[in-house]
Amino acid sequence: MNRFAQLLDRLAYEPGRNNKIKLLVAYFRETEDPDRGYALAALTGALSFKHAKPGLIRDLITERADPVLFGLSYDYVGDLSETVALMWPKAELPAHNNPPPPTLTDVVTTLRTLGKAELPAQLARWLDELDETGRWALLKLVTGAMRIGISARLAKTAAAALGDKDAHEIELMWPGLTPPFLDLFAWLEGRGNKPVNRDPAPFRPVMLAHAIEDADFANLDAADFSAEWKWDGIRVQAVAGRDEHGRIQARLYSRTGEDITGSFPDLVPSLRLPGAIDGELLVLRDGRVQTFNVLQQRLNRKIVSPKLIKEFPIHLRAYDLLGDGENDLRELPLIERRANLESFIAKLNDPRIDLSPVIPFASWDELAAARADPKSAGAGDDADAVEGVMLKRRDAPYLPGRPKGPWWKWKRDPHIIDAVLMYAQRGHGKRSSYYSDYTFGVWTRGDAGDELVPVGKAYFGFTDEELLQIDRFVRRNTTEKFGPVRHVVHEPDQGLVLEVAFEGLQRSPRHKSGVAMRFPRISRLRWDKPPREADRLETLERMLMTMTAS
Amino acid sequence: MRPQDILMPVPAGLACKPGGFHIDPVRPVERALITHGHSDHARPGHGAVLATQETLDMMRLRYGEDFAGSTQAVAYGEEIRLGDVTVTFRPAGHVLGSAQIAVTCNDTRIVASGDYKDARDPTCAPFELIPCDVFISEATFGLPVFRHGDAAGEVKKLLASVKLFPERAHLVGAYSLGKAQRVMALLREAGYDAPIYLHGAMEKITYYYQERGIPLGELKPARGMKKADLAGTITLAPPSATSDVWTRRFPDPVTAFASGWMRVRARARQGGIELPLVISDHADWDGLTATIAATGAGEIWVTHGQEDALVHWCKTKGLSARPLDLVGYGDEDEGEAAATGDAESAGEAQPAGEAKA
Repeated sequence: MNRFAQLLDRLAYEPGRNNKIKLLVAYFRETEDPDRGYALAALTGALSFKHAKPGLIRDLITERADPVLFGLSYDYVGDLSETVALMWPKAELPAHNNPPPPTLTDVVTTLRTLGKAELPAQLARWLDELDETGRWALLKLVTGAMRIGISARLAKTAAAALGDKDAHEIELMWPGLTPPFLDLFAWLEGRGNKPVNRDPAPFRPVMLAHAIEDADFANLDAADFSAEWKWDGIRVQAVAGRDEHGRIQARLYSRTGEDITGSFPDLVPSLRLPGAIDGELLVLRDGRVQTFNVLQQRLNRKIVSPKLIKEFPIHLRAYDLLGDGENDLRELPLIERRANLESFIAKLNDPRIDLSPVIPFASWDELAAARADPKSAGAGDDADAVEGVMLKRRDAPYLPGRPKGPWWKWKRDPHIIDAVLMYAQRGHGKRSSYYSDYTFGVWTRGDAGDELVPVGKAYFGFTDEELLQIDRFVRRNTTEKFGPVRHVVHEPDQGLVLEVAFEGLQRSPRHKSGVAMRFPRISRLRWDKPPREADRLETLERMLMTMTAS
Repeated sequence: MRPQDILMPVPAGLACKPGGFHIDPVRPVERALITHGHSDHARPGHGAVLATQETLDMMRLRYGEDFAGSTQAVAYGEEIRLGDVTVTFRPAGHVLGSAQIAVTCNDTRIVASGDYKDARDPTCAPFELIPCDVFISEATFGLPVFRHGDAAGEVKKLLASVKLFPERAHLVGAYSLGKAQRVMALLREAGYDAPIYLHGAMEKITYYYQERGIPLGELKPARGMKKADLAGTITLAPPSATSDVWTRRFPDPVTAFASGWMRVRARARQGGIELPLVISDHADWDGLTATIAATGAGEIWVTHGQEDALVHWCKTKGLSARPLDLVGYGDEDEGEAAATGDAESAGEAQPAGEAKA
């Protein structure tokens, strides 16, 4: 347990993805079975036991420690598990009688079968046996609050790296694996066969597109490509298959292979034909696709109420078919898969699942016109939910990952405003010596004339060279410092204007300006522009009106 | 005589009327007794200064030759008569030359311990317990959540990280007087024999430690090194420098910080630290409470830090305790930039206004 705790401790502070992977791989290499398997399970959310409530932890500490000292400590530290882990007074045990600290395996296997009444005493015993970091990790684990910035995907990527394998392979077999994953590690270390996924509805690694640049078109022939609308929803894979009893099992996966079926129970009955659909998850009302802002109400929900289902009816818009019954279609060219998809959707004949239409075009100019005006080019009333077009080579098979050439995304031009840099904050990790997080604002009428009101925050979009320039500007033009935040000069004639690109706008009572941007990034530095010429809040409000009205 | 007639807090610091001196005064006074060389305890401009040789040397290094009207070096254990009292300096285990000052008047002995730790430190004399009637204790880490653990284990953590990331540089923020040299000595004890690199602000004081016979192995200035050559190396720097533009000369640096504050995650995270190392030159909670009990003192005066919790603890043990109102003493980790301003301007190019970031 102490070793797993050290890993968690280090991961919690490490901002870099590659460095996290390196730490994980080192742990998997140095740790024996079954501990490392339970660690992988803990990191991927694959462990199941009843979590302890914070009240129980609080009771444990007040039995052992002076409540005044606990109160002062908790005030200072601010986190219950951490406070208890740090101040836990070990029971006085005779030195020769010290049991070794529990392993992660001890903890996980014991928790699985432990009765509720036995939990407090068992926890106290473990807390006596572990060190500060070990106690912290134990309490995070048993309270189910292990937020350390690691996604399941990252943990699997690290496991794959241990055996020099591709994370896609692990994703494929994952639903068939169970903790402590002995067969997986045996395969990764070349000691065993590749585990097979007996899951009737497995995830297949998705194919992704590159963003197309103007210069790319010169080398591409419009006749080689088919085009579809790029929907502003979330990419999903809807899979159905028959289990050993012949019953249909249906699952919905995110693009990273996360099982999100539980959040969308209303779609499950529609997935009744064995097959694997690649498509976009959308909210449809009266046959019309709603914006991403609306769809967002359905995302990341643990509990899905009937009211939510009724108000935000979920829909799947299909654009590819990866499997039909027992047949794997991924080797087929797109045009053949498309024909299969059309007949599959027709056979399914379900109002919740439809086809993403193909955009007819004969030349790049025609497609550019369609992209500029999706409404008259076939998207009709759904045009608001179109964020561009997708180009797919007609002869391309379905390839996992992001191969360059077969698929391109051609987004609509983003919305752009000129805003004024107001505050800057230092970044993390590699960027910790740079002011790389920027809060920007636009003009509005205040009590004492025009003033700037913050409308958003951006921390990417600029080049490394531009980052150096902004960093220099921030350091030379700081008016006040508050911890890591610097106030940067922002007067009508003094300050830096940032061109900010963003994908959407919505009303937000949490922001002083009343609006919030989706996906804002710095698209250009406008050294040439005096701040007084930056945009006004009224401009944003007008944009918001056109976005919601159309 | 009541204890408060022997020592009492006044705006200038802890005053001893019958002895005619102040201990660690924060304002210029006629006669000052200094416990150790950290800048919040050792200030320039006093008439006469009595301190250990090391503390006097450190003050000279920082403030120049004429930092006081006159100076007198005192050896550990030497008894000195001042007015109606006798004073003795004994090791505090905090940094090189640090001392507790025992003030005895008639039958009453008060010990002003300054900053102290009871943990092992290869760079200074170990803490010596002085039985007394009144013990004045610091409370920098005066909460039961502060347990510093084994410093050698933390250094092992640092070395494991250096091994795992050979293409990155490791920057260890550490207070330049005491902590930095302790980390270097611990690295050597752990078998690390590569050169250790120094930020400009570290050089003078570190070379002084070496002159005093504390082996720190091969040391090199980080200044002038090629970026690529710093991969896989360890550099000691004042904490303020680890988030400064200065770090850009290092390849993808891992930022470590050696401090007792690193025990609390939020503190480490606020500072953007990737590798917190719990290494402190102050006593932790267990050290404070064990020391207080061992002195046999019936009365405890608690100063700078988390006084409330320690006063509460003393009372639950039947000891008379009260917070002592002394201002002007801080935690050295946080006061670093101000303390090393002189050295930094001499050693490292810093853009204006960056020193205190």
